Amino acid sequence: MPAQPFTTVSGRAAVMREENIDTDIIFPARFLLITARAGLGEYAFHDRRFDGSGAEVPGYVLNTAPFRDAPVVVAGANFGSGSSREQAVWALVGRGMRAVISSSFGEIFYSNCLRNGVVPILLSEDELAVMMDAAETGAAFTVDLEAQELRVEGLPTRTFEVPAERRLAMLNGWDETDQIVNQYGDEIAAFERGQRGIQPWLYPEEHDA
Amino acid sequence: MTEPRTLYEKLWDSHVVAEMPGGASLLYIDRHIVHEVSSPQAFVAMRESGRRLRRPETHLGVADHAVPTRSRGGEIPDPQARAQVAELEGNVAEFAVPYADLEGPEQGIVHVIGPETGFTLPGTTVVCGDSHTTTHGAFGALAFGIGASEQGTVMAVQALPQARARTMKVELVGKRHALIDAKDIALALIAKIGSHGAVGHAVEYVGEALAGMAMSERMTLCNMTIEAGSRMGLVAPDEVTFAYLKGRRLAPKGAHWDAATAYWRTLASDPGAAYDKVVTLDLSAIEPQVSWGTSPNQTLPIGAAVPDPQAIADASERRETEKALAYMGLTPGAPLTSVAIDHVFIGSCTNGRIEDLRAAAAIVRGRAVAQGVRAIVVPGSAATRAQAEAEGLDAVFTGAGFEWRFAGCSMCVAMNDDRLAPGERCASTSNRNFEGRQGPGGRTHLMSPAMAAAAAVSGHLADVRDFA
Repeated sequence: MPAQPFTTVSGRAAVMREENIDTDIIFPARFLLITARAGLGEYAFHDRRFDGSGAEVPGYVLNTAPFRDAPVVVAGANFGSGSSREQAVWALVGRGMRAVISSSFGEIFYSNCLRNGVVPILLSEDELAVMMDAAETGAAFTVDLEAQELRVEGLPTRTFEVPAERRLAMLNGWDETDQIVNQYGDEIAAFERGQRGIQPWLYPEEHDA
Repeated sequence: MTEPRTLYEKLWDSHVVAEMPGGASLLYIDRHIVHEVSSPQAFVAMRESGRRLRRPETHLGVADHAVPTRSRGGEIPDPQARAQVAELEGNVAEFAVPYADLEGPEQGIVHVIGPETGFTLPGTTVVCGDSHTTTHGAFGALAFGIGASEQGTVMAVQALPQARARTMKVELVGKRHALIDAKDIALALIAKIGSHGAVGHAVEYVGEALAGMAMSERMTLCNMTIEAGSRMGLVAPDEVTFAYLKGRRLAPKGAHWDAATAYWRTLASDPGAAYDKVVTLDLSAIEPQVSWGTSPNQTLPIGAAVPDPQAIADASERRETEKALAYMGLTPGAPLTSVAIDHVFIGSCTNGRIEDLRAAAAIVRGRAVAQGVRAIVVPGSAATRAQAEAEGLDAVFTGAGFEWRFAGCSMCVAMNDDRLAPGERCASTSNRNFEGRQGPGGRTHLMSPAMAAAAAVSGHLADVRDFA
């Protein structure tokens, strides 16, 4: 499914000064019983935003006026670790969060971001600390995927990298499956012919026939 | 003379379909396991785009995450779970995906039934919309978790763009003490290298100790590898692997078996193959482990005390420790063995196999679950449950006061009605002690099956060595 094309996102950045914000925190498992992928924004960080009675937790960054609608997250190391659930990313998108900045990411989460129009930006621990301080003052963040630039009010512009393939796909809203079908159909068929010769036992459909 | 290659490199090289501009490779995917929770959106994408599965026989469907474990058969009480399982059943029928029926003999957790049915084979690539797909690497398969979008791609084209990982060798040296389990080794490794110590790496476990490990223990090691941040754990296939697979329903037969084992023997890392990183773990120094925090690296030997944040110099680590202790409701300095528990959960894709149940039953036999503790055993599969019953393990557990359940993920992910109430504390053989993982506000301590059994009969965290 093609994601919305991404060019730039601008706004404030919500700071989460903790490590290991896993996908269970971003999207608690009990909401995985919902099979839709739209409308999940209301469950993002649910158990951090709300207490057991459903009341907002005062002081939590996403419950605090200037950061309630922040389109950028700046978080401690290992953000998005744990479960592969793509709902974690759909929930961010549902809240309008289109860029996440950390010093390391869960790898499956990172990959899911790039397939849903969310830009993950990797920084060193030191740079991350600077970004967190700036974000907490309410500085404006701009993530420009075309130029691969992170521009933060009051700080020098910094470039970042995402995988080239994914960047193009995000800028153009291309569907990955279509791309592979169109560009690699013959190569896939050729691979299968070769593999069938070496590992014929991997083709059960032929043995059962 | 070709350059010596690691197991990972051999698996990678043998699956590259094409090099893509920008540095990724298009990797062929041999096997895909589909469960009810992560697959609905992938099937929707297939339907909306009018695509068919390229090779339906290379997929295997099963319901495990949301299914009730108190009974099997009849209507699922939770309407959302009922709808999700019905949606999976509709999808596998529409797209001709082989399916392990919820009430059938092959149902179970994706990472237990893949190996049990012989769907998981050495030398293959295996994916699933589940991060613990690392488990299948125990067979020398390149196995990793993916998101729903990637699942849709695999269904349609049988391939995925992937970046080549760096390699990490984990050398297990020394001889472990009796009652030290693969789970203790896994937790000790994560405590040593951290919850993101292996990000970007494919981890291969090597060392003499591996030869003496059953497939169940190798699966536990590979399963927990994701908790160190790596998407892939690996063990080279050997005679133990072949003995496990021989005769399984989907394993190669006859001449194919001979050809397959000959091929599988070529997969082990070549002598002199280079790794990007090497970690050595001395098994003789490992004691039974128990997690105390909200990340699996927050783990200590059972003889230790709850950490004191005041004694931690690093500001960030101190803050993480304070946060975890507040959530876990623990007092700095208290002996871990003094921590009282409310629940015990034995099961999951980490520790729900027959060997795990035997290890727990060996401690439970002749003892009783402590007063006030609720303890459940959830076999990883219907086949595991049947085997345990044939050995009389169910009677050992129920006789001691455990509940004996049907197969599913259950209290590892708390998507069914097996969950903790806020503030309740659980000794668990599962893989994640994240906040809310076993229910909102629930507190999880990770440990081996024997350690969980010791906690069950003690009413508090306990040292399994006191029960030998």
